[in-house]
Amino acid sequence: MSQPNQADEGITFDTFMEGVWRQNPVFVMVLGMCPVMAVTVSAINGIAMGIATTFVLVCSSFLISLIRHLVPKEVRIATYIVIIATFVTLVDYLIQAGSLALYEALGAFIQLIVVNCIILGRAEAHASKNPPLKTVVNALGMGIGFTIGLFALGGTREILGAGKLFGISLFGEHFQPWVVMVLPPGGFFVLGGWLLLFALFRNKPATEGGHTHGA
Amino acid sequence: MSEPINNQITPANRLVLTMGLVATICGILIVGAFEGTQKGIAENKRIMVERAVFKVLPGAASVREYVATAEGIQPLSGGNVPQGAVKFYAAYDQAGSLKGIAAEAASKGYADVVRVLYGYDVNCQCIIGMGVVAMRETPGIGDKIITDAAFVKNFEALDVRLNSELSALANEVKTVKHGTKTNPWQIDAIAGATITSKAVGRGINESAQKLLPKLVPHIAELKP
Repeated sequence: MSQPNQADEGITFDTFMEGVWRQNPVFVMVLGMCPVMAVTVSAINGIAMGIATTFVLVCSSFLISLIRHLVPKEVRIATYIVIIATFVTLVDYLIQAGSLALYEALGAFIQLIVVNCIILGRAEAHASKNPPLKTVVNALGMGIGFTIGLFALGGTREILGAGKLFGISLFGEHFQPWVVMVLPPGGFFVLGGWLLLFALFRNKPATEGGHTHGA
Repeated sequence: MSEPINNQITPANRLVLTMGLVATICGILIVGAFEGTQKGIAENKRIMVERAVFKVLPGAASVREYVATAEGIQPLSGGNVPQGAVKFYAAYDQAGSLKGIAAEAASKGYADVVRVLYGYDVNCQCIIGMGVVAMRETPGIGDKIITDAAFVKNFEALDVRLNSELSALANEVKTVKHGTKTNPWQIDAIAGATITSKAVGRGINESAQKLLPKLVPHIAELKP
């Protein structure tokens, strides 16, 4: 969130790619760690949670951007929370109507999207200062970046912890699952591994990335 | 976050108006979504229940919900279970004859409450199937209650017959240490997952102790 104000710039490729790569919510900003750790015991859970979060992120960012000139600064956070909570409720109903099995698997983390730092962070840092279309493109990029992050963790943990990917057995029946990977400590191990890998990919140490610490 | 300082104070009525407007828009969205998805959610829940019941009572083709009270049994209306009553499912086969009874049992496991559904056969007065409704037990350990063939075998004919007064189970359902099962009302625990195994046994015992004394004397009312 140490980004320069982009209000005067048009929609560029970077508006979209910012969330996917340069400011990836999981690997760079390290935001929204609660669902990142908790639901990523399988690839499908990660993707479903990512899509649900993307839906809330895009819809709430759009509405917040649309009414950004109407909302007085004194009540802006309260307004954002009400809007975000509304779309979380919507996604909650939609998932229940779509698949109860998935709803059970994601548990309380659907409702907890409302307190996901990425969504309020984007509302405050981007949607409240930019026109709707640009906001939607940016939010979509952030959502996709978040989904990629969740899939990376969920896929790795499912492969190592259960020997499967999307429920399909990869190594045959003699594979001894590395159960710790689907347990809470495994979430930390795998996230640490991915953060390291991502920092190497970006060709600079994590401590010099210019992002905030201690998230 | 680094906005220019603006000392202008917004009038209170504008704040209230803005919040009111946003709340109204959000309210309409939520009610719209609720109305739009209500049928789908109810249908999904019905399908989930049917699938779960069919799994513990193989051969069943339709399910009806009932409640058992001290006075007798009656169909469940409106989805609300009266106080002191026990909800159960009566399953019927293609010909419409009673296939068995399914009921939910719950008990505290290792991580959280383990909720299971068990199928009761009226003729053998025993449990003939068990399926997990919800649990958060350790993957690879506690979840063996679904996958461990030897454990699942416990529920092929688990004796839950009532005593002669029909007031309680003749023998308490009990989970015993792995390899020490000697009676048909005992459950052989999974080695290494004793807490979860015991939760299943305890839950089924509590549920059966509550349900069967109320249900068995009136079981004929369920037969078409």
